[in-house]
Amino acid sequence: MHSTTLILLMGFMSIAAFYLGRSRSLAVVGGPGRGKGLHSLPGYHGYFVSIWCVLPPLALLSGWMLVEPGIITAMVVKSLPASQQELPAGELNLLINNIRNLATGDVVSAAINADFQRAADLYNEYNATSRRLLSVLVLGLAALGGALAWRRIHPDLRARNKVETVIRWALIVASSIAVFTTIGIVLSVLFEAIVFFQKVPVSEFLFGTTWSPQTAIRADQVGSSGSFGAVPLFAGTMLITAIAMIVAVPVGLMTAIFLAEYSSARVRGIAKPLLEILAGIPTVVYGFFAALTVAPWVRRVGESAGFEVASESALAAGLVMGIMIIPLVSSLTDDAINAVPSAMRDGALGLGSTRSETMTKVILPAALPGIVGGILLAVSRAIGETMIVVMAAGLAANLTANPFSAVTTVTVQIVTLLVGDQEFDSAKTLAAFALGLMLFIVTLILNIIGLYTVRKYREQYE
Amino acid sequence: MVVASRKAAYHHKDGEMTETLVKKNMSASRTSAVPNYRGQQVELGRETVGNVRCANPFMVAENVNVFYGDNHAIKDVTLEIGKKEVIALIGPSGCGKSTFLRCLNRMNDSIESARVTGNISLDGGDIYDKTLDPVVLRARVGMVFQKPNPFPKSIYDNVAYGPRIHGLAGDRAELDDIVHRSLERAGLLKEVKDRLDDPGTSLSGGQQQRLCIARTIAVNPEVILMDEPCSALDPIATARIEDLMDELCEDYAIVIVTHSMQQAARVSRRVAYFHLGYLVEVDDTDKVFTNPHHKLTEDYITGRIG
Ligand SMILES: Nc1ncnc2c1ncn2[C@@H]1O[C@H](COP(=O)(O)OP(=O)(O)O)[C@@H](O)[C@H]1O
Ligand SMILES: [Mg+2]
Repeated sequence: MHSTTLILLMGFMSIAAFYLGRSRSLAVVGGPGRGKGLHSLPGYHGYFVSIWCVLPPLALLSGWMLVEPGIITAMVVKSLPASQQELPAGELNLLINNIRNLATGDVVSAAINADFQRAADLYNEYNATSRRLLSVLVLGLAALGGALAWRRIHPDLRARNKVETVIRWALIVASSIAVFTTIGIVLSVLFEAIVFFQKVPVSEFLFGTTWSPQTAIRADQVGSSGSFGAVPLFAGTMLITAIAMIVAVPVGLMTAIFLAEYSSARVRGIAKPLLEILAGIPTVVYGFFAALTVAPWVRRVGESAGFEVASESALAAGLVMGIMIIPLVSSLTDDAINAVPSAMRDGALGLGSTRSETMTKVILPAALPGIVGGILLAVSRAIGETMIVVMAAGLAANLTANPFSAVTTVTVQIVTLLVGDQEFDSAKTLAAFALGLMLFIVTLILNIIGLYTVRKYREQYE
Repeated sequence: MVVASRKAAYHHKDGEMTETLVKKNMSASRTSAVPNYRGQQVELGRETVGNVRCANPFMVAENVNVFYGDNHAIKDVTLEIGKKEVIALIGPSGCGKSTFLRCLNRMNDSIESARVTGNISLDGGDIYDKTLDPVVLRARVGMVFQKPNPFPKSIYDNVAYGPRIHGLAGDRAELDDIVHRSLERAGLLKEVKDRLDDPGTSLSGGQQQRLCIARTIAVNPEVILMDEPCSALDPIATARIEDLMDELCEDYAIVIVTHSMQQAARVSRRVAYFHLGYLVEVDDTDKVFTNPHHKLTEDYITGRIG
């Protein structure tokens, strides 16, 4: 039986189990009118039976899926002629792959002989048996679990507590998925980065000023070694981030101040959702805007002012990135301003401050930690941003502070290093992981400081 | 020495009252009976009982009405506040005491839905005059709030805040002098003179409230409005603030909202009883507490004292 059918069947069984459990719970106390005699509501008895009908077979199913391929392969290998069983691991793997492909009807990269065909047939046969067995076991277990649970139904059964326990564990599992994924990501990046640092010294990576990761294919070609000094990338990232913050911080701050203190309820009601829409635009759209509108404009304006401007410039990318970040800065600042108790505002106004004095002398200083935290979060967002820079700032790893020249950033280089066909153990590919690790560390630190200041400040007025 | 003083620049010209606001005749609505403190219907009467006038009026409110949208929160209130007099506003919650208090320094301006009609004058000048900046008014009519609200700045900067924004001090020495004098008058100097640089929020609740009073008197106001200034304080801190009020009324007129009859009796010379937005009775404190003339006042006072 196909596993989808199996899961569908189990779904039906669980629904049936729910109704059976519920009606039995009512039956044991003597009819729907006597529900008060039960420890738990009838619905909980239904869920209780349903859970016992589903969880054990589900566990069996997933365990089976995990071990099945290994066992079947081992059995197929056993049936092969002894000469083939003793092949080195690599060739044996290839052979098994071919058997599997032949069995499923895919392209096979070897001549098909009788032995080979027999092994493939065997493989199919084992698989079919395994599936039949699995279906029977799963459905049987479901029926058994459901029946046992059904029989346990009793007025004093603490069905609610048992169901709550299962729910709690389900929630714990769900929430730990994100945590474990994060740990997994960090570890995988870390291990690849360690491999990279065995090929390229850490000091060269951290302090080298030339970035040209193109390694030649043959060792005797020019530039075969590549050079992996990440300084230009980090400098480019900083340059673009700085330009973005120069745009985003003042504009975002003033927007937030206007919305929080000066605008009428109506203007606020229109402007806030608009800003949120701005925050929801995919960055690739900002990228178009940067590459097609802003970059040419920057070039025209720059050249008319007598500067030499590359067609892809840090300035264009930074400007657009700044616009992208404005909603983030303004909404975090708005939160910080609104968290200042209105008693501060009243106190300042009551002493005869004007609105702007109230704002600059009382509210902003009180909200400052929250604002700084918000800005740090925005910085880490800017550092991690990729799309706009790919489209508007170019790929040239120039070490420069000139906003009119093309620069590249860490994220962009990661993308270009990994796009296209690569050997997975070349220094060029591994460099991407080293860059990723650095990026992760930097943004992590910024986020921790940012969140810490935001939170600490929130507690202050509670 | 010439000090650029915003306050001086805006001082009222001749004290002539300008009729900028529409007077509405609301007295018709006073004919109906209203529920008292215990829910019994009591006749309101056409006029405020007692005496809304005083010998030496400094702030005069005439036929003041306040609306929050459709909610008519203050109904045709007329009341005079004397020079260097302490007047207590009492009444059940929601009767409009805070609203009336906020009219006196135009703090209602910052509430979008609030609309004020009638006339209020300070030392003869209309405070709702279009040409008058509420900022200046608030320097002349200071306010102390229910919960102590020192700014998250040092004790010194809290008190220096007002003089700084109004340009009352020419130099640092003068500012120091104002700060010290204000803290002294608020009875706080002894406790804080060694730690003026500590944050204002590091003080105890009662000290914070005295800091707020010091902050208010640092701009040299003529009237001080206090909205339940002791309701967040313990009895000892309350007693200190009450003593302080006795001293302050030598220089300032004080309007205090309070829920404590004892406090009203101790600190005020006159008492105004508000009920559902109406000003029901105003008279000398001893008269109101020993012999209230209006049934509503009597019910409230006996209900409160028990
Ligand atoms: N900011 C406001 N917006 C709308 N209505 C208000 C506002 N402040 C007070 N009110 C209303 O005005 C009335 C009087 O309130 P308030 O002056 O606070 O009474 P009190 O201080 O005597 O308890 C109440 O009905 C209250 O709901
Ligand atoms: Mg009040």
